[in-house]
Amino acid sequence: MLPTGVPDYLSDFEDIPGTRIFTASRARKGYHLNQFAMSLMKAENRARFKADERAYLDEWPMSEEQKLALLARDYNTLLDLGGNVYFLAKVFSTDGISFAEAVSTMTDMTFPQYQEMMLKGGRPAAGNRSIKGGY
Amino acid sequence: MARITAGIGSSHVPLMGVAVDQNKSADAYFAPIFEGYDWTRAWLAKDKPDVVILVYNDHASAFDANIIPTFAIGTGERFRSADEGWGPRPVPDVEGHPDLAWHVAQSLILDDFDMTIINEMDVDHGLTVPLSMMFGQPEAWPAKVIPLAVNVVTYPVPSGNRCWLLGEAIRRAVESFPEDLNVQIWGTGGMSHQLQGPRAGLLNREWDNRFMDGLVGDSDANRWIPHIEYLRETGSEGIEMVMWLIMRSALGSETRLLHRHYHIPCSNTAIGHMVLEPVESAPTA
Repeated sequence: MLPTGVPDYLSDFEDIPGTRIFTASRARKGYHLNQFAMSLMKAENRARFKADERAYLDEWPMSEEQKLALLARDYNTLLDLGGNVYFLAKVFSTDGISFAEAVSTMTDMTFPQYQEMMLKGGRPAAGNRSIKGGY
Repeated sequence: MARITAGIGSSHVPLMGVAVDQNKSADAYFAPIFEGYDWTRAWLAKDKPDVVILVYNDHASAFDANIIPTFAIGTGERFRSADEGWGPRPVPDVEGHPDLAWHVAQSLILDDFDMTIINEMDVDHGLTVPLSMMFGQPEAWPAKVIPLAVNVVTYPVPSGNRCWLLGEAIRRAVESFPEDLNVQIWGTGGMSHQLQGPRAGLLNREWDNRFMDGLVGDSDANRWIPHIEYLRETGSEGIEMVMWLIMRSALGSETRLLHRHYHIPCSNTAIGHMVLEPVESAPTA
């Protein structure tokens, strides 16, 4: 059996509404952004970042766009620029905010609204599976 | 000879670890989650495994964006709790079982699975939260643990079928280890959840439960679920459920359900938990 071709495998991923699958192209684009986030696993680096965010970011070979999105904590833009949520989570914890609160900033809801949606069973799959198919 | 005597499936949401560490597991929010593990804790107290092969994924803790092993096995003597940005969880070090781990690693490679071998690494919530859910807060974990890390972060992640085949190979590996050991295999992660983008918060109770149904008995239909179905139906992080397939197939052709639990929500995630045991086929006359 021939393996699934890479283009066929990837083609469906962009059809999922409001979702950025962490593909190889995103992993390449976001490499230094994600490695920066990893560096925040060390307490001394968290302290240096908090003391002067811009100066710390300038130590990393990231694009200006990535640095500005980090300074703004604009997580949807960071996903577009190759960030992965498990790496970006190091920024959440450096900021001292919960995973759920950080995640809620990527939706069109406030954190309390998001929490209420989760308590009521979460966002339904119906209507959220496919852009093209609308199902 | 070593034997795989049971399989456990469990979510590994970091907030469950926070609840344990801060003694909040009886709070109104957490009680319905933790009560679903009471049966398992009592059962484990009676029938303690010697070794747990714990299938989990690293969440950018031991592995950064530089090196991305698809399947990695921890062969070290001990593994410390990772600092994920809040300081390390206050849990005991995880003691490995290097003899069995090296045996499994060698057996898997000879069985065509090109494992990455890890001697030293820190283990994050993916591994320590299931230990806390099953064993509570002991001074030392009551079983040795062989970490088996699966890449479910950077695509392509391994297919469901590949995970299934790995589980079968793990069973062969364990059963060819000469020492008498009671070995469990745990598959962790899931159930439905999406932690990113405007669609974050997606949960799918119906799909999750159908997946759990499929792990009981002699069906192997779950191995053929394509990645795109997990992604559409269970959110971008629901893909972690492929790790439950490694646990399921390591139990052999048929399983019996001992315990099952499902709860929505825990933070962003649907919680699933199952205990399964292998149904040994009758010896042929």
